[in-house]
Amino acid sequence: MSAFDPAVGRDGPNQVERAQGSLDIQHSTKHAAGVAASKRIIAGYGFWIFLLSDIVMFSAFFASYAVLVDATAGGPSGRGLFDLGNVGIETACLLLSSFTCGLAAIGARKRNGFWFYGAMAATFILGAAFLCIEIREFMSMIALGAGPTRSAFLSAFFTLVGCHGLHVAIGLLWLLTMMAQVFAKGYRADILRRLLCFSLFWHALDIIWVGLFTMVYLMGVTQ
Amino acid sequence: MRHGDQDENSHYVDTAPGDDSLDGYEAAEEIRTYLIGLVLATLLTLASFLIARTALVWEPSIPVALAVLAIAQMGVHLVFFLHITTGPDNVNNVLALAFGVLIVLLVIVGSLWIMAHMNRNMLSIDQIMQMQS
Repeated sequence: MSAFDPAVGRDGPNQVERAQGSLDIQHSTKHAAGVAASKRIIAGYGFWIFLLSDIVMFSAFFASYAVLVDATAGGPSGRGLFDLGNVGIETACLLLSSFTCGLAAIGARKRNGFWFYGAMAATFILGAAFLCIEIREFMSMIALGAGPTRSAFLSAFFTLVGCHGLHVAIGLLWLLTMMAQVFAKGYRADILRRLLCFSLFWHALDIIWVGLFTMVYLMGVTQ
Repeated sequence: MRHGDQDENSHYVDTAPGDDSLDGYEAAEEIRTYLIGLVLATLLTLASFLIARTALVWEPSIPVALAVLAIAQMGVHLVFFLHITTGPDNVNNVLALAFGVLIVLLVIVGSLWIMAHMNRNMLSIDQIMQMQS
């Protein structure tokens, strides 16, 4: 793994940058103020690009769902299948977990173990609750004979919602890994960079869920 | 550029997406940001569910209202949770986001547009069957 990066120290990345700035000023090819970006900024920005490409991938699933939403092949449509009560609970879980994830990031920055582990555990429980409700919903739909093979609409539905659920599952594994890494290695700069990427990932999942519950569930029920 | 200028122009270094801006770091302030975001997002979510479930809004306008609320909520998430701002330290993040949004719009609107067009111009299954017989 990458070596300890002293440029991203206790005071956050940017204070150190200012101090370093005078050394780098001769390099006119560096951007804006002639300051080299810190590793935290480069890692965060790279992950931001990845997230945007992930969102572009989701947009393809959204588009295919929107195209196929009426292709029910005589089978059930969203109006009969979706339970808005469940969706409301799922939404609350994910929104609150996004909030606690933000608190965990602050806790890590403050080097406050109680705060960090507590908020991460809350995030995990909320995310796991979301995933459980979603899996139960899938199981009950399949038990009703409305599995992904029933119609083009249901194939698109399971692909789109399932892909988001898969992201949440991966995010939960990542969350546990981050807790273990902080526990084993402490608040090192490289660990904090990974934590930044994780919280970006988790917030992005919530943004995708906003599009999902609006387009799939709410519009599906009102149609 | 001398060092003094450097300090005055310190806004022109970048900020990583997800980090808040550079001037001083206050945990209390950041918690407030997250709380505002949580409250706004909750209100927008409640509004969407309310609109979808009741007859308060003229029915044909419901999808539009839902879309507007969803986009507003995504904006709330970006600003209060991901700390994407319009400040000069965020130019790169915003440009990448703008490009992403462009591609997303092209994919979704383009697919819907083309597929609706093709649906309209395609013969129905019955007509194709008649041609084959």
